[in-house]
Amino acid sequence: MKPAFSVILFTVASGAGFGLIMLAILFDLFGLGGGFSRETLLVAGVVAFVLISVGLASSTAHLANPKNAWRSFFRFKTSWLSREGVFAVLFYPFFLLYLLGVYLGDGQTPAWALALGGIAFLLALTTLFATGMIYASLKTIRQWSNPLVPVNYLAMAFLTGVLLLFALGLDELAGLKGMLGFAAALIVVAAIVKATYYFWIARPGGPTINTATGFTRAGVRILDQGHGHDTFLTHEFGYQPPAGLTPMLKAGVFLLAYIVPLVMLWPAAAEPGSGAMWVAAVSSLLGAGTERWLFFAEARHVVNLYHGAQAT
Amino acid sequence: MKLGLVIDLDTCVGCHACATACKEWNASGVTGPITDYDPYGAEPSGVWFNRIRHFEVGDYPDNKTVNFPMSCLHCENAECVTVCPTGASIKREEDGIVLVDQDKCMGCNLCAWACPYGARELDEATGTMKKCTLCVDRIYDEELEERERQPACVLACPAHARMFGDLDDPESAVGETVRARGGYSLMPELGYEPTNQYLPPRSSRPIPTDDLPKPSARDKVKEWTNKVVNR
Repeated sequence: MKPAFSVILFTVASGAGFGLIMLAILFDLFGLGGGFSRETLLVAGVVAFVLISVGLASSTAHLANPKNAWRSFFRFKTSWLSREGVFAVLFYPFFLLYLLGVYLGDGQTPAWALALGGIAFLLALTTLFATGMIYASLKTIRQWSNPLVPVNYLAMAFLTGVLLLFALGLDELAGLKGMLGFAAALIVVAAIVKATYYFWIARPGGPTINTATGFTRAGVRILDQGHGHDTFLTHEFGYQPPAGLTPMLKAGVFLLAYIVPLVMLWPAAAEPGSGAMWVAAVSSLLGAGTERWLFFAEARHVVNLYHGAQAT
Repeated sequence: MKLGLVIDLDTCVGCHACATACKEWNASGVTGPITDYDPYGAEPSGVWFNRIRHFEVGDYPDNKTVNFPMSCLHCENAECVTVCPTGASIKREEDGIVLVDQDKCMGCNLCAWACPYGARELDEATGTMKKCTLCVDRIYDEELEERERQPACVLACPAHARMFGDLDDPESAVGETVRARGGYSLMPELGYEPTNQYLPPRSSRPIPTDDLPKPSARDKVKEWTNKVVNR
């Protein structure tokens, strides 16, 4: 699949924003580590608002006919894309009212705001799951039609979110070792999910040129695609990353998204107010961007079988 | 009713007449225009509802060229309709034809991603998804003579390799043909249950030559002379 910049930006930015605000709400709700100050919660809210809104806005950039985008809220019953849109829009009022409660609460978020925050948490979680399911529901792409795809979307959101949240206010938390252990656990879980996913998709499977043409008892080769130049299909689905690039980028994903952030937890423990958490957060976002690019670049749509591919 | 096509891979000669007839009819049809990009330039491209590929099956000397036309297969389990967020993609209850409402489509491409058969192509000029309509604006047109009420591709095929009919009815002409010739679906493992069926090439025995008379000495000399003497 052709990696579309707008969709990569959308999923990474809104994922980080949803992860950031979900964890901020969680820390506020349960008073984890003594809770964050009102200012930190508000800053986290504004950063999350910008990330989610920029993400959602850029997602409309890949539409060829955006004037009909409003119609996408009306097939909730069947379409995961429709569900994602509905949950994302529903999330906003609860999210903004929670932030209003934090602002009015003067250090102690009122109970009504915490309740609304809890609903915003669930809606953010559902939105992320729906995003993952848009891809996981496509039987045409075996690298996407995989249970770990929505899990990975959630894991990456929590990973980038926790690092951003701690970059904003780690020094306010009590029980620093426990807090960093929590971040380390999220990083390790996300890394295991991604490693397992890469392991699974490396195994051959799915339709072949034989089942695509129905000639299952002999070798089949394409002689002619029937067109002289690129078509919508070859342009949209024919992309293949340059040979040798994929393993390098995978190493980059593990380094930037998981290893650097994990290592940065030690300097952060020694000096919570230093820039170590920012290094971890920015590194994880770059890693998530690379991960998302590979997610598209490695996906092989079955229509390629009609353009010369032997298997997907 | 499950209206669809039956494609005979035994008789298809790969002339692309079905594709050009389709383009001609549908350019002004319900989902027209079907835009061409750079049509007379160095890199011509554009939207087609019907594309013909050419495959080689088997290895020499037991090989065969198979011409392979593909358009929308009007699947029973049409995931392209399921994933559509706007409701622009529909599958008609009465005849099973899958259509895109050009007034509702927002051009997100998700239906094209969900289609395993490459039946959907985005028209960059209109920003909407285009696909085979099974010539829905022809097959019900009572102004046309009855034999003309068929998709343009079926009427154009010089080899009669395309048949149109109700695949829900086992006694219909297409139903009987599929049964007699062992018609099959493409990529059945994905579970889309395509309506269009493909008829495999007939397996024909090699023509026996053992019983032919052996050439006499005179014939061999004649043949040799013919090869040697340059007229």
